[in-house]
Amino acid sequence: MATERGRGGALSMRICIVGCGAVGSLFAAHLATLDELEVWAYDVVEEHVAAINANGLRVTGRAEIRAPVRARTDAAEIPPCQFGILATKSMFTEQAISSTAAIFVDGAVCSVQNGVGNEELIAEHVPRVIRGTTFPAGRVVAPGVVAMDTAGDTWIGPFEERPASAAEIERLAEALTRSGMATRALADARGAQWTKLIFNAASNPLGALTGLTHGRLCELPPTRALIGALVREGVAVADALGITLDSDPNALIDHAAEVAYDHRASMLQDALAHRRTEIDAVNGGIVRFGAQRGVPTPLNEAIVALIAGMEHAWSSQPPPESE
Amino acid sequence: MAISRVCVIGAGTIGSLFAGHLASVCEVSVLTRRSEHAALLREQGLRISGKHERHATVFATDDAVALPPFDVGIVACKALDLEPTAAALAGHGEGATLMTVQNGLGAEAVLARHGAWPLISAVTFMSGIRHSDAHVEYELDTATWMGPWAQTATPYAVVEELAALMIAAGLEAEAMEDLLPAQWSKLIFNSAINTVAALTGLPHVAAFAAEREFGDLGWLVHALIDEGVAVAAAAGVELHEDPWEMNVLAVARGETAHSDYAHRPSMLEDILARRATEIEFITGALVREGARVGVPVPLSSAMYRLVRAREASWLPSAAGAVL
Repeated sequence: MATERGRGGALSMRICIVGCGAVGSLFAAHLATLDELEVWAYDVVEEHVAAINANGLRVTGRAEIRAPVRARTDAAEIPPCQFGILATKSMFTEQAISSTAAIFVDGAVCSVQNGVGNEELIAEHVPRVIRGTTFPAGRVVAPGVVAMDTAGDTWIGPFEERPASAAEIERLAEALTRSGMATRALADARGAQWTKLIFNAASNPLGALTGLTHGRLCELPPTRALIGALVREGVAVADALGITLDSDPNALIDHAAEVAYDHRASMLQDALAHRRTEIDAVNGGIVRFGAQRGVPTPLNEAIVALIAGMEHAWSSQPPPESE
Repeated sequence: MAISRVCVIGAGTIGSLFAGHLASVCEVSVLTRRSEHAALLREQGLRISGKHERHATVFATDDAVALPPFDVGIVACKALDLEPTAAALAGHGEGATLMTVQNGLGAEAVLARHGAWPLISAVTFMSGIRHSDAHVEYELDTATWMGPWAQTATPYAVVEELAALMIAAGLEAEAMEDLLPAQWSKLIFNSAINTVAALTGLPHVAAFAAEREFGDLGWLVHALIDEGVAVAAAAGVELHEDPWEMNVLAVARGETAHSDYAHRPSMLEDILARRATEIEFITGALVREGARVGVPVPLSSAMYRLVRAREASWLPSAAGAVL
């Protein structure tokens, strides 16, 4: 199924990005710069898909790319792929993977989503799963155009219950790194995932609940104390799961306060726009894994309830003036 | 003692409801904070609508020196304004008994520092909607509970007489020999309901009592109430009413999750108007009592910290003001 490529190079790999929003687009556009890759994208937003097919997928900001990506809103039009990268918001995981499962009948699908619990859902539909954690971030600024706000690394490793092979994981990491998305293949990627999870769970919803930037949350003693208490619950659950964190979440949080003082957490941006948050996969994930191991997580439960209540309030109020 | 002259100190929503009703059975004077408020009351009188229709003639002034003599003073300012209000009253109301109706704990002690008046403690459950300086709608026609403050040996007969006067005026009132059990019931109820409403943006709707699903708010409200009940028990206070039952009853009063007329707790009103809240007097008091009697209150403490942080989000800050 070789395709003619502009610069020669035999086609060696076909990959599909599932969920081509900000993060998915960063992966898709970078990968599409590699000659030997055929990059497909599945997304439900018609204008975005049409713009990608007409003009290529564009990235601005931290990277400048315009690359050919074959985008579809109908998964049946996408041929079988060796790899998938699932980048939807975590509340759409089930819907996205059940719609695209046929593409990956003999493929490995890597989650680069927020929170925990996504790999478990993916594993119900495809033979091999890769656990991933990524830091690059951006925004869809127009159909077919994504601004890359933050660069950063990605870590991938096997999902223990339905693992992809080490060779597959190496191959994906190599391609991603060569495309400009620095990625490390690990034998155990849980530490990276839980470090980011605990960081997010302790800081992100507090931004949404208080309206404070990351830096202010950290400099006010009441919120810094609460962040610390939330971190302790998350670390206790990770310990009970036998996961070794790859760094201290408290140190990461303090570091972020220095380098990203004015950053508004994504959940605060969601709150300002009255968009549904990923609270279920983030703090909710800590609560569910804690319950599974008998570790109490009352503060994370309280945060889940408060954010759920906030979302409930939006359903009966008009959204505010847009940002 | 025959009570024939009542002075209402602080003509916000609650103070106006007292003044507007009591004027039908006795002479009422009103001490306001703003002179234009007093002028409007003198000119137009005070209108009550909603559950009752009243149009009261009251004497109003913003200067304590100008107040006519009174038998009972009802101090109905916000807890945050109590200190300056008590200072302004010092030297006035000789021979009068004063009643506090502030939310939370500690109002009586503030008044006692400024004068030797016999004091009545009260908690009120009535609520209203303030349409203007001279017009308040009587919303919830629920009771005011009152009892002698033990430290000033106020005769119980005075409390009974004032309660009878309020009932004659059309209000719901109940005299109690010991108000602490009722005061604590309301404190615990208030702390849970006000903080959850303030942080989620929800009025006091059915979700506050729903405990069926993960993320329902009832779990959190119940857990907060349980912390308060444990503090009361350790402090030796036997509660007058079960605060959880109070919550269940309040949301069952014909209100639905999306009803427009569900009650907005005052802390939510303050948050929406970006005013300082009464968090210190309510949840702050509960957290301090918890520390005093050695009962851990991690969830109440988290709510306290979040509301304080929310207040900080609209206060000016050198570098991080947001929203």
